[in-house]
Amino acid sequence: MLNRVQLRFLSLADNVGLARIAVAQLAGQARFTLSDIEEIKVAVSEAVSNAVIHGYQGRADGWIQVDVTLDEAGIEILVEDWGVGIADIQKAREPGHSADPERMGLGFVFMESFMHGLEVESALGEGTRVHMRRFVTWSGELSRDVQ
Amino acid sequence: MTIIHSVHRQYVHVRIKGDLDLKTAEPLRDSLDQLIDRYGDKDLVLDLEDVPFIDSSGLGVVLGRYRRLTQQNRSLRLEGVRPSVKVVLELAGIDSIISIGESPEGRPTTPQPQA
Ligand SMILES: Nc1ncnc2c1ncn2[C@@H]1O[C@H](COP(=O)(O)OP(=O)(O)OP(=O)(O)O)[C@@H](O)[C@H]1O
Ligand SMILES: [Mg+2]
Repeated sequence: MLNRVQLRFLSLADNVGLARIAVAQLAGQARFTLSDIEEIKVAVSEAVSNAVIHGYQGRADGWIQVDVTLDEAGIEILVEDWGVGIADIQKAREPGHSADPERMGLGFVFMESFMHGLEVESALGEGTRVHMRRFVTWSGELSRDVQ
Repeated sequence: MTIIHSVHRQYVHVRIKGDLDLKTAEPLRDSLDQLIDRYGDKDLVLDLEDVPFIDSSGLGVVLGRYRRLTQQNRSLRLEGVRPSVKVVLELAGIDSIISIGESPEGRPTTPQPQA
């Protein structure tokens, strides 16, 4: 293992950028390219935003935890909230599916496309865990749609 | 995030500076809607040269303004789009409905003479 960082913060919109920047800094310690890091930032932003918006439904007093592990192979990111949870995970992950008519339902699509693996665990009334990883690749030998 | 706008004969040019995410989505939506209403006959050009980051919350605002404008037979154009933002727009398929101009750094360089 190269490094491990845990961040715990309140469900505020301001903290989305904070989590994004912290993970980007950490990813910079492995052999990711700048464009890899840009994509990892989008995935983190989506997972943390979902915790704020949907998990805690705008309440500012919920905890969100981001646990990042970095090793030679790449980065693993776990984003966890103790909010309302997801009733139907499969449906929630479908492109275009959103609980909010104003939103596009693209968050999970971005996480899936920009990372090399995404697992979602959730229980109603208990919360949600989003687990993502991305491998360091050599001159694009692993394409973005490899899961 | 800050925005600066200038009014032209056919369009309002809006230069946005900063990340477009959950934190900035609401103020951006409010400012753009105000401009759309105030200049009711003009198109909108969003200059994203100083926008290094966008996620689905930011995209939602852009797409929502696009919908509002097209309902009124007006258009929305994006300008100065950086590679990091373009990847996200493309993944969302937005590049096929909204006209996108790239930033200078994202443009292909002039072809070099072959050795
Ligand atoms: N942490 C979470 N807690 C509770 N529900 C969630 C959580 N994350 C996602 N969801 C549910 O899954 C749905 C799909 O999430 P996704 O991020 O793909 O789209 P969205 O957030 O609705 O829209 P967008 O991300 O495009 O703004 C959400 O509408 C919500 O109902
Ligand atoms: Mg989302």
